[in-house]
Amino acid sequence: MESATLLQNVWFLLIGVLLAGYSVLDGFDLGIGALFPFLARTEDEKRALAGAIGPVWDGNEVWLLAGGGALFAAFPMAYATVFSGFYLALMLVLFALVLRAVSLEFRVHDPARKKLWEAAFVGGSVLPALLFGVALGNVVGGVPLDARTEFAGTFFTLLRPLPLVFGVLGLCAFLLHGSAYAALKTEGPIRERARRAARLAAAATGVAFVVSFVSVWIYLPAAIRSVPAWIFSGLVGLSLALFLAALRKGKDGRALFFSSAVFLSLWGVVGAIQYPDLVRAKDPALSLTVANASSSPLTLKVMLIIALIGMPLVVGYTIFAYRVFKGKVRPGDAGY
Amino acid sequence: MDAVFLARLQFGLTAGFHFLFPPTTLGLSLIILLLETLYLRTKKDLYKDLSAYLVRILGIVFVMGVATGIVLEFAFGNNWAAYSRTVGDVFGAPLAAEAVFSFFLESVFLGVLVFGRNRVRPKTYRLSVFLVFFGAHLSGLWIIMANSWMQTPAGFHMESGRAVLDDFFRAAFNPSTAVRFVHTILGGWLTGALVAMAIAAWLMLKGRAADKAAALMKMSLAVFAVSAVLQLGTGHAHSVQVTRTQPEKMAAFEALWRTEDGAAFTVFGIPDEKNERTRLAVRIPKMLSLLVHFDPNGRVLGLDEFPKEDRPPVLLPFATYHAMILFGLVFIALAVAGVWLQARKKLGSSRGFLKLLLIAVPLPYLANEGGWIAAEVGRQPWAVYKVLRTSEAVSAVVPAGNVLFSLILFTAIYALIGAAGFAVILRTIRRGPGDETVKARQGAG
Ligand code: HDD
Ligand code: HEM
Ligand code: HEM
Repeated sequence: MESATLLQNVWFLLIGVLLAGYSVLDGFDLGIGALFPFLARTEDEKRALAGAIGPVWDGNEVWLLAGGGALFAAFPMAYATVFSGFYLALMLVLFALVLRAVSLEFRVHDPARKKLWEAAFVGGSVLPALLFGVALGNVVGGVPLDARTEFAGTFFTLLRPLPLVFGVLGLCAFLLHGSAYAALKTEGPIRERARRAARLAAAATGVAFVVSFVSVWIYLPAAIRSVPAWIFSGLVGLSLALFLAALRKGKDGRALFFSSAVFLSLWGVVGAIQYPDLVRAKDPALSLTVANASSSPLTLKVMLIIALIGMPLVVGYTIFAYRVFKGKVRPGDAGY
Repeated sequence: MDAVFLARLQFGLTAGFHFLFPPTTLGLSLIILLLETLYLRTKKDLYKDLSAYLVRILGIVFVMGVATGIVLEFAFGNNWAAYSRTVGDVFGAPLAAEAVFSFFLESVFLGVLVFGRNRVRPKTYRLSVFLVFFGAHLSGLWIIMANSWMQTPAGFHMESGRAVLDDFFRAAFNPSTAVRFVHTILGGWLTGALVAMAIAAWLMLKGRAADKAAALMKMSLAVFAVSAVLQLGTGHAHSVQVTRTQPEKMAAFEALWRTEDGAAFTVFGIPDEKNERTRLAVRIPKMLSLLVHFDPNGRVLGLDEFPKEDRPPVLLPFATYHAMILFGLVFIALAVAGVWLQARKKLGSSRGFLKLLLIAVPLPYLANEGGWIAAEVGRQPWAVYKVLRTSEAVSAVVPAGNVLFSLILFTAIYALIGAAGFAVILRTIRRGPGDETVKARQGAG
C-alpha cells in the first residue's frame, strides 16, 4: 500500500474538523427541529424557539457545504463513490434539507399551510439527523466496491445493523445537543421541557453509544486494538457525565459545552478507527484511502492555503454573530 | 429515456430553478447597500424604512437560493461521478473555496440583517449589509470560475485519463472567467433593479407611501439604466470571446451552417437542423463579421467546419441567445424612457409606463435563464470543452430509474416551494414599507 503524505493526512484531519464543526453547530438546530413539537406548544413558544435558531441556522449549515466541497476538492474519488453510491439516501437528505430551509420562513408568512411547513421543519430535521449517522456507519463498517471502486450495493445494502446503530446514536446526540441549546436560549415552560428532554436524551445517547461500541466490536474486531479509539470512547462517557452534572446545577451554557464535547469525542472515535480509510471496502484491497483517493499535491496545497486564510475569518465573524445574538431570545427582535 | 438525458435534465432543472434567486439577491443587495449608505449620510428614516422593506424581501429570496443551492453542491457527486473523478482535481477547489470564502460570509451576516437591526449600531449594520453584498458577489465569482473552466479549460494537463492542476490562477482566470463574471453580475443588477422599480411603480399606482416610492424609483432606475447600457458592452465582449474560444458555439448561436467571409447577423429565423438551413430568416448583411471581428469581411467559422459528433444542438441555443439579446435591447429602451420621464418629473404620473414596468418583471429572469441555456447547451456535446464528453461524465452506478424518481420529486418539491415562495414574496411586498419602525417600537416580533 502507498503511504500517505503529510498533506493527505492534514486533509483527512481538516475534513474531520469541518464535519465535527458541522455537527456541533448545525447539530443543535437539527436537534431543535426534531424536538420542536415537544418543546413548544403555543404559538408564542414556537416563535421563541424558531427565533432561537433563526439568525444562525444557515451559517451552521454552510459547515456541511464546506465539508462536502472540501471532500470533493481533496478526495474526489471518495466524493464520487459515496454520493453516487448512496444515491437515493442522499436524495432523501437533500429533499429534507430543501424543505427545511424554507420551512421556518414559510411557517410564519404562509399561514394557510402552517401545519405543512411545521411538518417540513420537523421531518426535515429528523431525517438528516438519522441518515448522517447511517451514511457514516456505512463508510466505517465497509461497503461492497467493485474493481473501479464504484459502489456495488443497493439502497438496502445501506440499511445493515452497524449503520442503523450509528444512525440512532447520531440522532440521540443531535437531540441531546438541541435540548441543551433550547434550554440556554429560552425561559419558562420551554426551558423546563428542554431540560427534561436533555436528561432523557443523555440516557438514550449513553445506551446507544454502548450498543454502537459492542456492534463495532462484533463487526470490526480490528478496531478494538486502536488505543486512541479507547481514549475518545472514555471522553464520550466523561462528557456525558459532566453534561448531566451541569444540567443538574442549571448551568445551561456548560451543558451545551459538554454536549459539544460528546460530538467531538464521537468524531475522535470515528477518526481513530477509520484512518487511513475514507471509504472502507468489503475487500480491503479496494478501500479508498487518504493515499489513493486524493487530489494532486498542488491542489491539496492550494486548498490548504484557502483553508488557512478562510477558516480563521469564518471563526472570527461566527463568534461575532453569536455575540450579537447572545442571551435569551427577545420578543422585540425582528424576524419570524 | 437514458440516464445521461435524465441527469442532464435534472441538472438543468435544478440549476435553472436555483438561478431564479441569485440574480435577485445580487441586485437587491446592491440597492440595499445604497439605501443604507444614504441613511447613514442623511439620517432620514425614509431610507431606513425602505432598506428594512427590501431586507424582508431579500430574506425570503435568499432562503430560496440557499434551499436550491444545497442540491447543486452535491449534484456533481450524485449524478456526475465520472465527471468528479476525472476533473475533481481542478474543479473541486473553487467549489470548496466558494463555501469557505462566500457562503459563510453571506449567511452569517444575512442573519444580522434580518434579525439584528435592534442589536447592532447603525454603522455595524451597514457593514453587515456590505458583507452580504460582497459575499454574494464573491460567491458568484467562484462558481463562475468553475463554470468557465468547463467552457474554456486552462491551467491543467491530462495524466492517465485525469485532469491534473498545473496552475491555479490560469485555471481560475481562464479565458472566459472575467467576461462571464461581469456579464452575469450585471444580469443580476438588472434583475434586482427592475424588481425594485416594479415595487416602486406598484406603490405609485396604489398611491401609497409617495415619497418612499419616489426615492426607491429614482435609485433603482439609476442602477437599472447604468447596468442596461453596460450589459450591451459585456454581451458584445462575451460574443467576441465565444467566437474565439468556442467557434462552433457561435455558429450554433447564429445558425451559421457554412463558413462565410462577411457573415450576416440573423435577426430572426427558425433553424432546421436536419436540412442545415434557416427558415424565414431575416438577416443584416455582414453584421456578424462586423460585430465579432470589427471587419465587415472577416471570416466566421460555420458548423460545416466541425465533425457532426462534435457539433452542439442549434435550435435551443439559437432561440435563447436571440431572446436574451432582444430583452437586452428592451431594457435599454425602458431605461431611456424611464430616465427621460424622470428628468421631466413625469414618471410618477405616467401610469402607462408604471404598468409597463410591472409587466416587464419576468423579462430579466427569462434573459438570465436564456443566457445560461445558450451557454450550457451550446457547450454540448462536451461537459468540459474538448476534454470530457457529457455522455462520459455521468455516474455509471446510478440506474436511470433512480434519476427519474428523484427528478419527479425535485419537480414536485420545487413546484411547491416555488408557488409558496412567490405568494410569500407578494404578501411581503403588499405590506409596504414603513410599518417597520412602528412595529419594532411596539415590540411585536
Ligand atoms: C459549475 C458548474 C456549472 C454552473 C455554474 C452551471 N452549470 Fe449548467 N451544467 C453543468 C455545470 C454548471 C454540468 C454539470 O456540467 C452540466 C450537466 C451536463 C453538462 O454537460 O453540463 C450542465 C448542464 C446544464 C443544462 C443542460 C444542458 C444540456 O445538457 O443540454 C442547463 C440547461 C444548465 N446547465 C443550466 C445552467 C444554469 C441555469 C446555470 C446557472 C446557475 C448553470 N447551468 C450553471
Ligand atoms: C451550478 C453551480 C452552482 C452551485 C453548485 C451553487 C451552489 C450554491 C449553494 C450550495 C448555495 C447555498 C449557500 C448558503 O447556504 O448560503 C448557493 C447560493 C447562492 N448562489 Fe449558487 N450555485 C451555483 C450557481 C450559481 C451561480 C452561477 C451564481 C451567480 C452568479 C450563484 C450565486 C449564488 C448566490 C448569490 C447565492 C446566495 C443565495 C441566494 O442568492 O439566493 N450560484 N449556491
Ligand atoms: C444585449 C445583448 C447581449 C449580448 C450580446 C449577450 C451575449 C451573451 C453571450 C455571447 C453569452 C454566452 C456566453 C457563452 O456561451 O459562454 C451570454 C450568456 C449570458 N447572458 Fe447575455 N448577452 C446580452 C444581454 C443579456 C442580458 C440583458 C442578460 C440578463 C439580464 C444576460 C444574461 C446572461 C447570462 C446569465 C448568461 C449566462 C452566463 C454567461 O455565460 O455569461 N445577457 N450572453
